[in-house]
Amino acid sequence: MAQLKSGENDKALFAPETAASLKLIACALVSIVLMTIDHRQSHLEVLRNALATTLYPLQHAAQLPVEAFGWVADSLESRSALQDENTRLREKQLFINAQLQKLTALEAENRRLRALLESTINVSAERVLIAEILAVDLDPYRHQILINRGTQHGAKIGQPLIDERGIVGQVNHANLLTSSAILITDPSHAIPVQLNRNGIRTLAVGTGKYNELELPNIPNNGDVKVGDLVITSGLGGRFPRGYPVARVTRVEFDPGRPFAKVIAEPTAHLDRIREVLLILDDIPDPARQEPPLAAPPPASAAPAAPVAPAAKPPARTTNGTTRPAETRR
Amino acid sequence: MAKSIPASGYATIVASFVFALMLSSLHLPPLLDHFRPDWVGLTLIYWCMALPQRVGVGTAWVLGLVLDAAQGTLLGQHALALSVVAFLTLRLHQRIRVFPLWQQALTVALFLLVDQLLVTWINGISGYAPRDFWYLAPVAGGTLAWPFAFVLLRDLRRRFNVS
Repeated sequence: MAQLKSGENDKALFAPETAASLKLIACALVSIVLMTIDHRQSHLEVLRNALATTLYPLQHAAQLPVEAFGWVADSLESRSALQDENTRLREKQLFINAQLQKLTALEAENRRLRALLESTINVSAERVLIAEILAVDLDPYRHQILINRGTQHGAKIGQPLIDERGIVGQVNHANLLTSSAILITDPSHAIPVQLNRNGIRTLAVGTGKYNELELPNIPNNGDVKVGDLVITSGLGGRFPRGYPVARVTRVEFDPGRPFAKVIAEPTAHLDRIREVLLILDDIPDPARQEPPLAAPPPASAAPAAPVAPAAKPPARTTNGTTRPAETRR
Repeated sequence: MAKSIPASGYATIVASFVFALMLSSLHLPPLLDHFRPDWVGLTLIYWCMALPQRVGVGTAWVLGLVLDAAQGTLLGQHALALSVVAFLTLRLHQRIRVFPLWQQALTVALFLLVDQLLVTWINGISGYAPRDFWYLAPVAGGTLAWPFAFVLLRDLRRRFNVS
């Protein structure tokens, strides 16, 4: 009896190890399959949504200390500082409202002119939703943010995110109560853009640094200068056209290379944003948007900017610029 | 072995993991963020070492999946890495248990290194190759954090009599 018992004990001592190895092999295989599916397809969104929704209270709790800190800082701010800020904001609003009035007139004029030209570009304003960024840190290698709007509020995969300075990114996982969005600087993100000054079209590819975007495919004789504003071109159908994306900060022409090395800095302060606007609908349909050769001047080009020579933009349509703005996953 | 498992045990273990998950998504300034230890990994190593009959590869895998969802990484990435960590800990738990704290920390550093290398490797495959060696910083952070995590979790285990 005693022997039998010790035999059982021996089994108990050794059995878990083989069980563990088998489990490890099984887990590793399942993980690899999951990762492959998650990397290539979107079948796992349901699983991710379920997990993310369960995690919501936890993430909410995780950002409480940050919120509490902000609240304390706000409460301790002096009355005069608040009054100053209030005055400043009121002035700013007045200024913005004045500009907005002009914009309405310009929009109407634009629509009338386009009607005259029988152009079909849609310049209507987009519906937006304000979303707050949860103070939650995600994987440091991916430029992702978590926002407090989910499918329940109308968020969908692929919706563009903007802030008051420019394009921020796009939603890549929409959960029930939250969504995660990929920033334009993520190494796997590319957005179709054009230069506001002359309409040269290219892509803005993320580099993994918050202050750098790369504009590939601009030829060595391309007309790019430091300080040029880069705006969305609307090609690809994800991002509405005409929003500022970045400003060119570095241009290097190397005769040994077919293309110039152009680096731009995002206009949105991607590492400091707190609130974003989620563009809900009215994403221009690329099919009806632009016949490839009759490239019209950029919609929001400053009136003073000379319109690109007619021959220029078509010459650049071959540079792979028609690649969609999808995240290259 | 055949002791009846007290119901409070599960609650304590789950609570410690939830807390670890919270710590791993807590918003930190960038410099601290670099060194942020893998809290979930540390907690897992502790429980695998202390209660190998209750916490093992399966728990690690599920935990990793939750961590993946929380961090926005590929589903399965942390799951794989943590499974391997749990397996290693299970293999060596009888030895690590009797190590002095500093020696334990070094062993944990090794486990965390494996964890970090696996995660970074998968990141590299999916297009997020690291540009520098900062990706090893969490290992340093984790090693330094181990003594504290160990003492805390041990007290927790004794307090709630988890076995």
